[in-house]
Formats: sequence, structure tokens, C-alpha cells
Amino acid sequence: MNSTTLSDRALLLFFIFLVLAGPAILAPFGGSYPDLLQKFAIFGVFAIGFNILFGLTGYLSFGHAAFLGAGSYAAVWMFKLLSYNVLPALILSVIVAGLFSVVIGYISLRRSGIYFSILTLAFAQMMFNVAYSVATPITNGETGLQIYNDDPQWLQGADSPLTTNLFGLKMNEVFWRPEFLGFEAQFNVGYYFCAFFLILAFYISMRISRSPFGMMLRAVKTNQTRLSFTGVSTRPYMLAAFVISGMYAGLAGGLWACMDPLAGAERMQWTASGEVVLMTILGGAGTLLGPVLGAGFIKYFEAIFSKINDQVLHSWFAFMPDGLENVMVAIVHPFVGKGWHLTLGLLFMLIVIFLPGGLIGGITSLGRWITGRGRKDQG
Amino acid sequence: MDAILLQVLNGLDKGSAYALIALGLTLIFGTLGVVNFAHGALFMIGAFCAVTLNKIFSISSEKVNPDKTDFLGNPLVEKTPYLESWFGDTGIAIMDWSVPLAILFSIPIMMFIGYVMERGLIRHFYKRPHADQILVTFGLAIVLQEIVKAFYGANPIQTPSPAAFVGTLDIGVYIGFAENAITYPYWRLVYFAFACAVIFAVFAFLRFTTFGMVVRAGMADRETVGLLGIDIDKKFTIMFAIAAVVAGVAGVMYTPINSPNYHMGMDFLVLSFVVVVVGGMGSLPGAVLAGFLLGVLESFASMNVVKQFFESIFIPSIDQIVIYLVAVIVLLVRPRGLMGRKGVMEE
Amino acid sequence: MAILEVKGVNKRFGGLQALGDVNLSVDEGAIHAIIGPNGAGKSTLLNCFIGRLIPDSGSVIFDGQNLLGLKPHQINQAGVSRVFQTPEIFVDLTVLENVMIPALAHRDGSFKLNPFRRMRHETEVRDIAVEVLADIGLDTKLDMTASSMSRGDKRRLEMAMGLVQEPKLLLLDEPTAGMSRADTNNTIDVLKHIGDSRGITMVIIEHDMHVVFSLADKISVLAQGTVIVEDAPENIKGNPKVQEAYLGSAHE
Repeated sequence: MNSTTLSDRALLLFFIFLVLAGPAILAPFGGSYPDLLQKFAIFGVFAIGFNILFGLTGYLSFGHAAFLGAGSYAAVWMFKLLSYNVLPALILSVIVAGLFSVVIGYISLRRSGIYFSILTLAFAQMMFNVAYSVATPITNGETGLQIYNDDPQWLQGADSPLTTNLFGLKMNEVFWRPEFLGFEAQFNVGYYFCAFFLILAFYISMRISRSPFGMMLRAVKTNQTRLSFTGVSTRPYMLAAFVISGMYAGLAGGLWACMDPLAGAERMQWTASGEVVLMTILGGAGTLLGPVLGAGFIKYFEAIFSKINDQVLHSWFAFMPDGLENVMVAIVHPFVGKGWHLTLGLLFMLIVIFLPGGLIGGITSLGRWITGRGRKDQG
Repeated sequence: MDAILLQVLNGLDKGSAYALIALGLTLIFGTLGVVNFAHGALFMIGAFCAVTLNKIFSISSEKVNPDKTDFLGNPLVEKTPYLESWFGDTGIAIMDWSVPLAILFSIPIMMFIGYVMERGLIRHFYKRPHADQILVTFGLAIVLQEIVKAFYGANPIQTPSPAAFVGTLDIGVYIGFAENAITYPYWRLVYFAFACAVIFAVFAFLRFTTFGMVVRAGMADRETVGLLGIDIDKKFTIMFAIAAVVAGVAGVMYTPINSPNYHMGMDFLVLSFVVVVVGGMGSLPGAVLAGFLLGVLESFASMNVVKQFFESIFIPSIDQIVIYLVAVIVLLVRPRGLMGRKGVMEE
Repeated sequence: MAILEVKGVNKRFGGLQALGDVNLSVDEGAIHAIIGPNGAGKSTLLNCFIGRLIPDSGSVIFDGQNLLGLKPHQINQAGVSRVFQTPEIFVDLTVLENVMIPALAHRDGSFKLNPFRRMRHETEVRDIAVEVLADIGLDTKLDMTASSMSRGDKRRLEMAMGLVQEPKLLLLDEPTAGMSRADTNNTIDVLKHIGDSRGITMVIIEHDMHVVFSLADKISVLAQGTVIVEDAPENIKGNPKVQEAYLGSAHE
């Protein structure tokens, strides 16, 4: 028992260090700019929340992007009505996402297994349709919700900044631009604001998985029927897990709007829901660190891959003879740039087929194999 | 009255597509116990079989005609499809009938894809958790649609029906309504008839062949059939291929109704899932019935009268979400779906 | 005083009458064995008690409360625990966690939202769980993952999960099937000890007559879905009806 407490504390400290030093660590990889760093933190929160549902209980939701989208819309509305201060926006986005997840969770959780997945997918698609066309007065439909000059902004002070801020501290401000080993690192207010919530989210998820509540959720994954014969009413536990993870998604959506005060229906599409699933399984579902790793991994490669165009490819393969160079470019071309989704889909399949434990699971078994404990277990 | 009839007709073509996809989904789920998230992609691939055949037929020889100029003033390049120059009128007719002909073209392709999918991928997931099955087919769906996008681009591609079926039929006159009260495009009628034929064929196949008997028994009780010593694996592969063909031909024939694009598969898949849930998971008649029912319902919801009514109670654009609302209500009132067996959806 | 009163329970599966008009009365504090040839409907009857099956007609009154129509967790919360024939344990969890779950359900009720409470502060429940595991001889394997245990150990764990709840009524479905003679005797001792010290009423389905006659205060014989005899053990042995039920079915 004491050893887990110790290792938990070490893991938390390690995580805090990783997050706070993020801009410096990523500088050599060309990843140290506010937009990407913020995405890391936002999707880290999203994936951690998703993992509370999927990783612990095994219930696969295909509709969590709907809560993220709802959070974004709620936050932008707060900017429109009150002021550019991010705090009320975040609070409302968590509440709105929570309310939506209570309703959707209540209905979807009447079923388990594949039915649950189908139902959440259907709900998410419905919410996408609602946001895209039905509720245009609220969501501004195709165009997306944004802030206009004639918005009321009742609480906007005369001298407070005209961009998202925390009591005057502007989110888009880069307060330090040092160089690390010849690479520029950008330390940005918005990133550290998100980082605070990422660390908080991580800490809460750690506490949950170490609690009796978390143990019940893991028992649901292993044998839900048995759990009910043990005197546990599984549905309220499931609903609680669903709502908690929905609120995480809402927080992520709110943070996203705080970094960039826009909200659009495409954030709610099934592809977006699929992405958070991929992040979680890529890193390792059910592990604490896995989902954050997965989120970082996907967002990093998305940023890198999307930037690669044919010109870049030609420069890569320039050392080859011309004919071969063109062939190589033609082969790689469908996977990069706009073809990033193809790579994503392939990655999805490869992970499910060959690495069901995700990166963390892979590292763990590799570690075991190296120390020889794995061989002893099998023998 | 005529307006209502018209909406019923309008709903039938979309309903047909839902029914055909849901039928395949139910077959696969019932026999293999796998929910195939890539089933919509099979529908989409079918549609692109038609596009491909159309493109192949229109491969043309190019000849510069120096006497004429195009609108930019350059010498006009005249294109003559090889089919036309080789076979004359027969060639033109073949091009015209490319969509129906694409059925023949698509069947072997869909069977092959179904075979490879089951043998190469799905088979290895029978014993894995449901979540893994969903995830891997979901990944496959993305891969398939991105491949199609890479080849055909992101825009819808028009694929016309044979000239004989262009235009509309004035059904109303036949049943005593005024002229032009109920008109209906010929091709949609063809699609509906085609869907009925396919559904009938599948049901007849399941009812009257030994193979079908085993499959039905397998849907009722998979373990027992396995114990009987029947080579169920092979049957599963064939079943999967059949479901793929059904989805594929549904896609082929749908192309003249809606120009195919790479994401049509997923759009239809989500709705087909809803259809399956409403019809009753594991029930083939339920899937078909719910498919048509929801198609018709959707078309009713898009009527102006209905829309205005729902707008007056603050639910605008009801047609966009009506299917989901129905699904929610069905689920709350009758959890096992319209025709689901007791116990199938209970847990 | 009867704590469990079963009256006129019927259950059909299609054309098969699994249970026909079953009547049963279990006295408080007693160990009541249900025996009978294979296919007599013993497990079906047990499943009717815990809400896994719902009888077509009849009533199951436990402690003045009708169990029919209650959800499985409500029946358990009313004080009825069941030990399954094939161990239904939480294979991904540790031995200790497997026992702590029913212990927590017993203390906290069917639902408690405590995501911020630390497991390691649940010392009270942990001590109870460890004590039961010690009784049953699994206290050396607390941190073992349940899936990696031997089959016999899994059965013992299953029993610990039932015992830790200190139920008013414990239902045991062939608790010693497949156990060695030594393990069987050990299990008999444990059950006897618990029955005596905690006054738990038990209903036990068993094939092993050695177990039945060492434990039971009363025996019901079930054959072809009905109770043919309900009597004290010493009267069962010589009962011609019982012999017929066993021998008759064996001869056919």
C-alpha cells in the first residue's frame, strides 16, 4: 500500500515537471509554439476524462466530442454575454457539458456493450445535426459561433483587454522566448492556464482510480453481472463515471474556446469522438499517464504531418535518383498533408491489432521482458 | 391525402437504403456477433464501383479538330469514347446503362472485399472484447473512406441513371388523383423495387437453403450450432461476403439518387445503426421494417406543414433529428426494439 | 421461525417444466440442504431466489419481504448472498479487492459516490476482508491477481466474497465440487464455524452426501422440479421416496 502511494506521488511530480517544462522539452522537436502546446493540454484533459469512462469501466463511448462541443459553445456564449474573462466561461462549459451528459448518459446507459457504443454515436450525431442546422440561433450553424462587436458583453470593463484573459492576463501573450540548443521555445500564458487544469485533471483522475468508487468502476469492466449480485447498483456508478468524463470533455471544450474564442459544429463530429478514443488506446486505456501521452503523440504528429507537402517530400528524397524520388513522393504523398486521416485510421487499426495495451502497455511488457521477469512468469 | 402519399413514396428510397444496410449489419451481428463499423464503407465502395465503371466506359480517344475552337479560342479537342467508336449505338447503350451494369461489376468485387475483410481481420477479433471489434472496424472504415477520397477527391461525383429512367412517373393519375398531384422519379421506383427484390432474395435464401437454415440456427443459438460439428467458420465467411454484396449493390443503385462522396458511408451507417436498434437487434424483419419506417418518417418530417408545426413548438428543422428522437422514444418505451426477441437487448 | 418461505414457484422454459409448484421453508439460523438428481432444478431454484430468473408464478418471501421483482442488488442488500458454482470473481482485480467489493457494498449500500476517498484509508473494511480471507486460508495471497489463482483457490475466494457480507441468508451452489477431500473437510469446518458463530442461515445445494450430512439441519429433496420430501437428515436416509428418486433416475 505504501509503495503505491509513493509511486503515485512520484508519478504526479514527474507529470507536473513534464507539463511545466513542456515548452522547453518540445523546443528541439519544433513543437514549442502556443497553439500546439495548448492543444496538448486541452486534448490531454479530454483524453484523461474519456479514460475515466472507457479505461476504468470498459464502456466505449463514441459521442464524447459532443460534450466537448457543448463546452465550447457555452464558453463562447459567456464571452458574448459577459466579458472576455475566461473563468465564468469555463464554469458554464463544465456545467452545460455535465447537464448534457446526465441526459445522454441516463438514456444510453440503459444498455451496455455494443448497444451503448451505438447509442452514444447516434446521440453525438444528433447533437452535431442540432448544432449544425437545428439550433442555428444558438450555434450560428455552419459559420460557427464567434464574438462580434455588437455583442452585449455586459461585464466587459472599459480598459480590460479585447481578447480572452484571466483578470487582465491575456491568454495569447508569450511572456518568454528563450532559445534552447538553437531552438526557440515560447512560454505562453494560455498554455500555463491550460496546464493548470491538465495537472488538476490528472490529479483528480488519480484520486478516482485509487478510491473505492474507482474500484467499483474497474469491477464493472471485469464482471458487471457479478457486481450487481454483490449488492452494488451498477447504473448510478456508470452514470457518475459518464457525467464526470462528460464534464472533463466540457472543460476541454471550454479551454479550447478560451484559447481561441470560436466554436463550430465540426468539433462534435464522430471523427472527433473517434480521435479521443484513439488517443486513449494509443497511450494505453486504463493507465493514468497513457491518455495524455496518446493525446500529445497524436496532436504532435498531426501538426507535423499536416505541414508536409510535396515540396517537403521532394527535399526529403532529393538524394535519390529523379525517377525513384518521384516514386517515393508518390508513395508517401497520400499519407501526409491532407491525407493525415488515412495515417490516423491505419494507426488506429495497427494499435488495436498489435498493441492492445497501448504505448504504456508496450513499454511495461518491454521492461518486463528486459528484466527477465516476463520469461519467468511464462515458464 | 395526395401529399401524404407523396411523402410515403419519397421516404421509400432512403428507407430502402437503410433497410439494405441494416439487413447486412443484422446478419453479421446475428451470426458473427460483431458490430461492423465498416459496413457503411462497403455501401460507399459499392457506389464507387458504379463511378469507376462509368469512368472506364467513358475512356475516350482525343482528336484535335482544327476547324473548331473552344471558348478560349484554342483548337477544340473532340472526345469520342472508345465504346462508341468501337460498337456504335451498342456502345452508347452500354455507357448509358453503366449503373445497372455496375451491379454485375460490383458483385465479385464486394465478395472479394468481404472475404478478405473477414478472413484477414474480423476473424481474429471474434474472441477479443467488443470494444476492440468496434475499434478495429472503425479504423478500417476511416482507412477505406480516406483511400476513396485519395483517388476520387472530396467532391460528390454525378453518376446518371439510364436515359430510359430519367424523368418522373405520374402515379397519381393511376389511382384517381389529379394530374401531377403525385409524381415520382422513375429511378426511385426502380430502386425501391430493386431493394425489395434483394430483401426477398436474402430471406428466401435463409429460409429455403440448408445454408440458410444453419445460419438462422446460428443466429438463435451460436454455441449449439458450433457444437453440432458444422463448419461454422466457412459459413461465417460466406455470410460476411453476402452482407458485403448486399451493402455494395445498395450503394451501386443509389448513385443516381444521390451523387456519391467519400463520407456517404458513415452518414448512412449511423442512421442504419439507429434502424437496427429501433427494429430490434438481431431481428432481420425488424431491420427491414424499421428501415422503411424511419425512411418514410424522415420524409414526413421534411414536409413544410410538419416543419412549421414543430417550429411553433420551438423544435426547428425536425427532419434533421427525427430519427434520433424516435430511437430515443423506442428505447425508453420498448427497449428491445419493435421486433426484437425478449432478452436480446435486455442487458 | 422460517426466514425464507417459498410458495408455489413455477418456471417453464419453452416446453420444459423446470420447476413445478415448489414449496420450501428455511428456518432462521439453520443449514438447509437441497439435494436431488441432476436436472432436478436445483440451480434454477437458486437463480429464482437471487433475481437471475423470474418465476412464472409463486412467491419467495425472505424476512417478510417479497423477493420477486426486486433487482439483484436489492436482493443482496436485503441480506441474501450467493456463492456461485463456477466462480464468478473479478479476474482483473486482486484477491483483497475481490473481497473488499462485497464488504464495501455491505457497509455502504448499493451506491456511494466517494471518488476522493482513498482506498488505503478503508482500513476497517480491509481488516474484515483480511479476517475472512484468513479464515478461508487465502491471507497469503492478498495482492495476487485473481485470474492467476488455481481453480480451488478461486472457489474459496468466491466463498469469501459471500461470507464477508455477513448475510442473513447465504446461498451456496455446490461449494465443494471438484475439491480434494482435505479441502472439502476444511470447507465443512469453515461453514460450520460460521454457521455457529455468526448465526448465518444457509441454503446449500450439494451432490456430496458427506458434506450434506455433516452440515445440514434439514434437507429438501428436489426431483423433476418439485420438492418430494422435506425432513431432518436422519429421516431422509431411509426414505423410500428419496431412494426411488435417485435410483429410479439412475436406472432409467
